Amino acid sequence: MIELISLHPLLTAVVALVALSIPFGALLGFAAIRFKTEGNPIVDQIEDLLPQTQCGQCSYPGCRPYAEAIANGEAINKCPPGGEATIHDLANLLDVEPLPLDAEHGAQDVKKVAYIREDECIGCTKCIQACPVDAILGAAKQMHTVIADECTGCDLCVEPCPVDCIDMLPIATTVQSWSWQLPPTPEEQLKRSHIIATDRQPEVSA
Amino acid sequence: MNQRLPNTLSNNMPKTYPTPGGVHPPQNKAQSTSRPIQQASLPAELVLPLSQHAGAPAKAIVAVGDKVLKGQCIAQAKGSISAYIHAPSSGEVTAIEPRAIPHASGMQDNCIVIKTDGEDNWCPLQGCEDFSQLPASELVEQIRLAGITGLGGGGFPTAVKLISSDTQASLNKAIDTLIINGTECEPYITADDLLMRERAQQIISGIQILQHIIKPSTATLIGVENNKPEAIAALEAAIAEANANNITVVSFAGKYPSGGEKQLIQILTGREVPSGGLPADVGIVCQNVGTVAAVHDAIVLGKPLISRITTVTGQACAQPQNFEVLIGSPIAHVLAQAGFDASACQRLIMGGPMMGFTLTDTSVPVIKATNCLLAATEAELPSPPPAQACIRCGMCAEACPASLLPQQLYWYARSKEYEKLEELNLFDCIECGACSYVCPSTIPLVQYYRASKADIREHKAEMHKAEQSKARFEARQQRLEREEQEKAEKRAARQAAAKAKLAAAAQAGGEQELDPVQAAVARAKAKKAAKAAAAETEAGNSTAKPETKPTDEAN
Ligand code: SF4
Ligand code: SF4
Ligand code: SF4
Ligand code: SF4
Repeated sequence: MIELISLHPLLTAVVALVALSIPFGALLGFAAIRFKTEGNPIVDQIEDLLPQTQCGQCSYPGCRPYAEAIANGEAINKCPPGGEATIHDLANLLDVEPLPLDAEHGAQDVKKVAYIREDECIGCTKCIQACPVDAILGAAKQMHTVIADECTGCDLCVEPCPVDCIDMLPIATTVQSWSWQLPPTPEEQLKRSHIIATDRQPEVSA
Repeated sequence: MNQRLPNTLSNNMPKTYPTPGGVHPPQNKAQSTSRPIQQASLPAELVLPLSQHAGAPAKAIVAVGDKVLKGQCIAQAKGSISAYIHAPSSGEVTAIEPRAIPHASGMQDNCIVIKTDGEDNWCPLQGCEDFSQLPASELVEQIRLAGITGLGGGGFPTAVKLISSDTQASLNKAIDTLIINGTECEPYITADDLLMRERAQQIISGIQILQHIIKPSTATLIGVENNKPEAIAALEAAIAEANANNITVVSFAGKYPSGGEKQLIQILTGREVPSGGLPADVGIVCQNVGTVAAVHDAIVLGKPLISRITTVTGQACAQPQNFEVLIGSPIAHVLAQAGFDASACQRLIMGGPMMGFTLTDTSVPVIKATNCLLAATEAELPSPPPAQACIRCGMCAEACPASLLPQQLYWYARSKEYEKLEELNLFDCIECGACSYVCPSTIPLVQYYRASKADIREHKAEMHKAEQSKARFEARQQRLEREEQEKAEKRAARQAAAKAKLAAAAQAGGEQELDPVQAAVARAKAKKAAKAAAAETEAGNSTAKPETKPTDEAN
């Protein structure tokens, strides 16, 4: 036996490793099944961070498809409704650098909600078919209206309306929804007030 | 820990407990305590914002042109956290419209405007001789109908805090201690101090009503800072007079902000309200002295909350003093009675110098939460120098009464790291301003926290909405799929039926020798029958579901 080992050291090593790998592999395989984590697959996690406006501005037909695309390596900065906050969250989740919003897909806009000018509505039901979240209430030849609380502001109902009676109205700030803004940082303030003498713009000499 | 030794029975002082942090800003209270509370005069116009309390705005129940009597209800609470509003004097409703309101945003909001008639006619009031005959739930309802909100500055509807002891017990939160907050730790403000000095009996009577409602099992404590000896003496005299020996006045050395609800609870009982919790979670209900006096007025006299004590002070006022002001009086009207000099006033603040906010417009009205109007000169409250970079000195952490890490919060607020902020308990920050007060770099720390709190709340609301949208989107996808499937099934059924008919016809044709003409006729007949059948199912289909398109393509 010992003779054999000393004669074929390489072969012995290979045999020993193979012998070891079988039980360990079995153990790992068992652990993988036994301790399977019930964690969200990455697509679900990405989708949870997207704003679910379903507007298609990212050039995918909805948030889920974009989530799938991100999981396959698409850039994370193509969702204007989510804006910076979503990019930040996605960057955190995927552990990549946050990118500025891709201007090609539109800028982050103020929040809007659709409003149907009800006396002009002809009851064609076209907007209902366009609305991704069923936020429009109405029936054929009846006046339609938007459930403002459910409207995601995706804009998709505006285009199909044959009489152009849908407006996207910005959501106004009220006393109830008003909030404090972050103050300018000291660094910004310093820049503005030119406290440091050498920072000052040189005076134009006469 | 320099915890005080438990007091011996001989000096009979109840024990108090140390709290973390705190600062000692100059008190500046003496200016306004030298004069007694004065009745402010009746203004020509009263402006009552529908949203002057925490929670949902009230709903107006009067119309323009209505005559109202003093004390008449003019707006109803909408939802569980909201408050009733009453006419502070008699007159006519001249408008219900957006007006400038006292709010940090400086924005306008809906207000009921009353032109006073100078008569000051009360509507009939129904007081109650002996409140102890009434059940707790009825008293709470009366407090709600009287529109009482926390008068310490928070403006939280009082009735919501006073769920009766039975409900508390069923919620497993038996209340053992009632704490009355007479601390008034913020500089300049003396409204509660004067109220305790002059109206101690009212306060004690109000406390007895609350005792009847809440039934605290062990103690009722009034916490007063020891810089108010007159108030303490008055309260003790009133307690002796009312023979209410289950009420104890506890005085303690003042520091800012010992009057914060959580801080006062800790000082008096040593109990810490858990992060994100309520005083009820540790068996305590806490009310401000002003609120308690309003409860007395509401129950014993039947008077709703239509006036409050407001301190008008600052160097830009020639006669700084406390006024009993009708809610809705324009601030300019109140200031004028204290000898206000607009040219000297550099900053006009509602509330105190630590937690108040700047007013830009003197036409805004006094609201239920207006405890102080501070008209400060430049010398008194110099404009803050520009903020410098944080030098990481740690003084803010030492000053924070909530044991937070203001400096860390500041950095995370700047970088918008919301999870980190929540981990560091940003929501326990009471926005007391102690950290900004000590900061050598004069960083407006509180503003960072307020902005971050708002951002986090908004972010959460958005996440919630996204979830909802996703659910609706998925429901719609499923509906479309289902409809598609149903259509396909019907189509298949129709095709099968047509085939069967054709086959039957072909069979019939097969039996009677092959006559091409007859076979063609049979085919045509079969086709007709199939079409009729299809039209029938279609008709049934379209009546059941008017919004789906007629399935023409099926044929
Ligand atoms: S742009 Fe954003 S919100 Fe719109 S569909 Fe794409 S991921 Fe959804
Ligand atoms: S109502 Fe219009 S804007 Fe609103 S979610 Fe539906 S389609 Fe989009
Ligand atoms: S404002 Fe907030 S962080 Fe600053 S001292 Fe007060 S509780 Fe602490
Ligand atoms: S007190 Fe001001 S300078 Fe000092 S650590 Fe706190 S934030 Fe920074």
